[in-house]
Amino acid sequence: MFDYQFLIEVLVGGLLSGVMYSLVAIGFVLIYKTSGVLNFAQGAMLLFAALTFVSLVERGSSFPVAFVITLAIMVVLGVSVERAVLRPLVNQPPTTLFVATLGLSYVIEGAAQLLWGTQVHGLDIGISDVPLDIAGVFISRFDLFAAAVAGSLVALFALFFRYTRTGLSFRAVADDPFAALAVGLRLPRVWASVWTASGIVALVAGLLWGARLGVQFSLSLVVLKALPVLVLGGFDSIAGAIIGGLLIGAIEKLSEVYVGRLFGGGIEAWAAYVVALVLLLVRPSGLFGQKLVERV
Amino acid sequence: MSAAPSTAQLLPGAGAFAITVGAAVAFGAVPLLGSDYLMDAVLTPFLALALAAVGLNLLTGYAGQVSLGSAAFLAVGAYATYNLHLRLPQLPLLVDLVLAGLIAAAIGIVFGLPSLRLRGFYLAVSTLAAQFFVQWALTKFGWFSNDNPSGVIDAPVLSVAGFTFTSPAERYVFSLSVVVVATVLTQRLLRAQSGRNFIAVRDHELAAKVIGVPLLRTKLLAFGASSFLIGIAGALWAFAYLRTVEPAGFNLDRSFQILFIIIIGGLASLRGAFLGAAFIVVFPLLLSRAGAALLGGVFDSGVLEMSQRIVVGVLIIAFLIAEPRGLIALWDRLWRAVARPAAIRNT
Repeated sequence: MFDYQFLIEVLVGGLLSGVMYSLVAIGFVLIYKTSGVLNFAQGAMLLFAALTFVSLVERGSSFPVAFVITLAIMVVLGVSVERAVLRPLVNQPPTTLFVATLGLSYVIEGAAQLLWGTQVHGLDIGISDVPLDIAGVFISRFDLFAAAVAGSLVALFALFFRYTRTGLSFRAVADDPFAALAVGLRLPRVWASVWTASGIVALVAGLLWGARLGVQFSLSLVVLKALPVLVLGGFDSIAGAIIGGLLIGAIEKLSEVYVGRLFGGGIEAWAAYVVALVLLLVRPSGLFGQKLVERV
Repeated sequence: MSAAPSTAQLLPGAGAFAITVGAAVAFGAVPLLGSDYLMDAVLTPFLALALAAVGLNLLTGYAGQVSLGSAAFLAVGAYATYNLHLRLPQLPLLVDLVLAGLIAAAIGIVFGLPSLRLRGFYLAVSTLAAQFFVQWALTKFGWFSNDNPSGVIDAPVLSVAGFTFTSPAERYVFSLSVVVVATVLTQRLLRAQSGRNFIAVRDHELAAKVIGVPLLRTKLLAFGASSFLIGIAGALWAFAYLRTVEPAGFNLDRSFQILFIIIIGGLASLRGAFLGAAFIVVFPLLLSRAGAALLGGVFDSGVLEMSQRIVVGVLIIAFLIAEPRGLIALWDRLWRAVARPAAIRNT
């Protein structure tokens, strides 16, 4: 007798945890879309933001104050990354930029822990994790909250891209950087703002993940969960990041529960990668990524 | 990757002679005069990492396929050698080593298959699959580590034809011999048609295809040869250097370390791999000495580790900005500055 209720519970749990992956992946997509950089430092930024926030709260500032200060720090970080790393490396091949962000992630991780210490901090953002009983299926209240936050963040970004001048310039740069430059858009400024935006995403994601896992070094490894999501959805599609996140979340949980037993468990670490790989063999640019056009 | 490799990098022939001469000195003077600390903590890990970097450089620097899974192949090499030695004790160690390299190559080819369809970051991310899968498999299945609960393996004594390599100096000589042979073979591979094919695929895949470079064979050869070298490097790392290893020692940070070596040393340069490895090995030692001398007690191990991370990160970015072609370009420039005036004086 197959337990459908359990299947649904696993599926919903997976989808909701997938939302958390999407949240990390969106930060990547923002940067990749506008500057063609795969920002490996996204995880480090997430750690840095969460660690700064928690440390401020522990030193007695209230939640809103800590949030605003951390936000300000992320803005400064975004602008200085553009100034110190991206601008000197303009016109370098994408791989060079990727390795630079790898270096950047080392710097940010090191700085975060040098500044705030390496111990684990608890973060309570006031959402109780009592499961909600909906038609006999238990759903974590925290997961729902996280999904709502992620949803509103995405909606906010969609509106921002659609209706503001900055959003328009983001889209122009993503579409064709040279044309954007030719009509007078200032690329450095766009890059600085896009790094700031993904810094804000990192802060939100960092708080949610931090509340879930505790704020510690391993938080920066969340980036490794987001990579298969990106591969699945395509590096340059926000919709892809969301759907990829949902898919990966669901697949991870389902495979852990139903397939993992065959191998003795623990396959979460690579199952997502294998699924993403198989999909890539069919669609080499992910589900929603831009098709690579080759010119000779 | 680097914009325009110089002729010296495209024709790595000049380096071979220098490497051989250097090795000849290293075989004689260093084991006789060097301290145990120098050989155990500096030179042996340097050699293992340099060989791994040569392997990754073949794949990333020459053939242009970025891999983030090098540590997985180090692990495969180490565990394969261990198991071959354990389960087929009649085989001589050197045969074990070559077979372990071949096993790593086979696994490398499997994980290289996606490269036929994927480019750039999609490929880089997919090589992470190798990283996580191998580490998981080695921890999960006790067979690989002869049922050690945490997957730890203890290396047996290195012995070739009745001679055992036990002291630091002997293990150093063993590593050096293996690395020299492997590097010379790599050099041959790169100077032959296969090496030209690697570069053609890296520089323009479609153009390479048009002029008749077999893409499938070239890419898989790059993945296979690279994993072979990295696998042997892994065996050296485990058997000649650490002698007790666990799967966690071959984590993503190790993969990044090897990537950093070839970036700092210089892409598409075998000498660069050695320079980069020397830098990565010596630099933390210097930093910890300097830290201890300058700040004394304040500089505890935690602070040291964090500041190392920061400095390594800053150095990577600084290198990419100031000298994308790496230490080897600096070296060549320095060499020209010294050699040219001398040559002019002599004429």
